[in-house]
Amino acid sequence: MFPRSLGLSLLTVLFLVEGSQAFADDALPGLEGQSAALFDEGKLLATGGVSQVEGAGGGGLTPWALITGYGTRDGIGFNAHFTYIDLTDYQLVSPGISVGLFDRLELSYAWQAFDTESTGAALGLGQGFTFHQNIYGAKLRLIGDAVYDQDTWLPQIAVGLQHKENDQAAIIAAVGGRNSVGTDFYIAATKLFLAESLLTDVTLRETKANQFGILGFGGDKHDNYSAQVEASAAYLISRKFALGAEVRTKPSNLSVAHEGTAFDIFASYFLDKNLSGTLAYTDLGNIVIHNHQDGVYLSLQAGL
Amino acid sequence: MKTLLKALGLIGLIFATPAFADGDTLYADMGGKAGIDKLVDVSADNYLSDVRIKAIFDESDTDLLRAEFKDQFCQISGGPCIYKGQNMTAAHKGLHLTNADFNTVVEDLQAAMDTCNIAFSVQNCFLARVAPMQHQVVTK
Repeated sequence: MFPRSLGLSLLTVLFLVEGSQAFADDALPGLEGQSAALFDEGKLLATGGVSQVEGAGGGGLTPWALITGYGTRDGIGFNAHFTYIDLTDYQLVSPGISVGLFDRLELSYAWQAFDTESTGAALGLGQGFTFHQNIYGAKLRLIGDAVYDQDTWLPQIAVGLQHKENDQAAIIAAVGGRNSVGTDFYIAATKLFLAESLLTDVTLRETKANQFGILGFGGDKHDNYSAQVEASAAYLISRKFALGAEVRTKPSNLSVAHEGTAFDIFASYFLDKNLSGTLAYTDLGNIVIHNHQDGVYLSLQAGL
Repeated sequence: MKTLLKALGLIGLIFATPAFADGDTLYADMGGKAGIDKLVDVSADNYLSDVRIKAIFDESDTDLLRAEFKDQFCQISGGPCIYKGQNMTAAHKGLHLTNADFNTVVEDLQAAMDTCNIAFSVQNCFLARVAPMQHQVVTK
C-alpha cells in the first residue's frame, strides 16, 4: 500500500525547491559572477551523486565520498529525496533530506518504513506490520577530489557514520536482535575515471545492523561489529544519464535467518541540477522467511 | 555468495566496456586543427556571453586569448602545436577564481563541444586532461 499522502508531501517539497530556486534567480539579478550566492550550484551536473537508501550522498545502496548537492567549497547544497522499494514480499518507503556544507561536511536524515505486508500476518505480527527507522548521517571529506584529480590515482576519501533508531525493540528482541539502536561507521573512496567516463566507489563499513537495521543491531549468533564491503561502478552514457551496478555485503547476526549480499543495477537520469531520478533492479537476498527478495527501486531527488 | 559473484561480474563487465581513446587519436577525434580552432571560437563566444563569468575577461585581449587557446587545446589533445603563453598559475594570478567559475567554464566548453558534434566519450578524454588545471587556476 503506497502512502499517497507521503508521496504528495514530497511532490510539494519538490515544487517548493524548484520555486524557491526560480525566485532566487529573479531576486538577485545583480549578484552573478564573482559574488557567488551561498547556494552556488557550482558543481558539475551529477557530481553530487544521488541519495542512497540510508539518505547519504552516493549511489542506491552505497554511500560515496562525494558530498551531496551542488555546493562547491564556497557554498551549500541541499537535497530532499523519496525512495520506494517494492520487493517480492516486502515494501520500503523512505523520504529524507540532506545538506552539503562547503563540499566538506554532509548531514542527512532519512525515515524508513519497512512494510512486512502478508509476511507480518504469517509471523503473527499482523498484516502490514511495519518497522520504522530514523537514520541520522554525517560524512566528512578528508582528501582528494574525485573530479579534478585526473592526474593521480588518489581517490576522494571521506569518513562517515549512520546512527539508526528502530521503533520495534520488542520484535527485534524476539527474533534474537540485541539492540534497536545502532551506529554504522564507514570510509568511502570515490574515483572518477573521466577519460573512461567511469565513476567507481569502494566503501568499507563497520556495522552490527541486521537488514540495514530494520531487524535491529547485533544478534544471538554474532553481536560484534564486522567489516563489510560495498562497491559501485557507474558508466556515464551522457552528462545526464548514468548506468551502474552496486554490491553490498551484510553481516549475518541472527540465527533465525541467514542474511546475504545485496546488489542492484541502476539507471540515473539528471534532468538538471535540481531534479534527478534513479530506477533500479535490486536483489536484497534472503529476508527472514522469504528467499530471494528482489524488485524495483525508485528514487526521486530534488535540490540545489 | 552467488549473488556477490554475479554482482562483481557485472561491475567487471562495466569496467571492461569503455573504449579507451589514447593520446594519439584524441587530436584526430576532435577534428584536427580545423575542429579545435572551431571549438575554441565557439567556446570563447560562450564564455564571453555567459553572465556568470564574462567579467573575468574584461581586461583580456580576447583575440590573443583565442589564438593562445587554439595552440593550447591543440597541444593538450596531442596535436602538432606548442602553446607559448603564460603557464596556468601566472595566467590566472590575481583573478581570484572559484571552483564555481572553473566549472562554469567547463560547462560552456561542454556546450561548445556539443555544438561542434564532438562525441561525449571524446569530450571526457579532453576534459580529463584539462581538469587538473583546477589546481593552478582556482586560487580563491
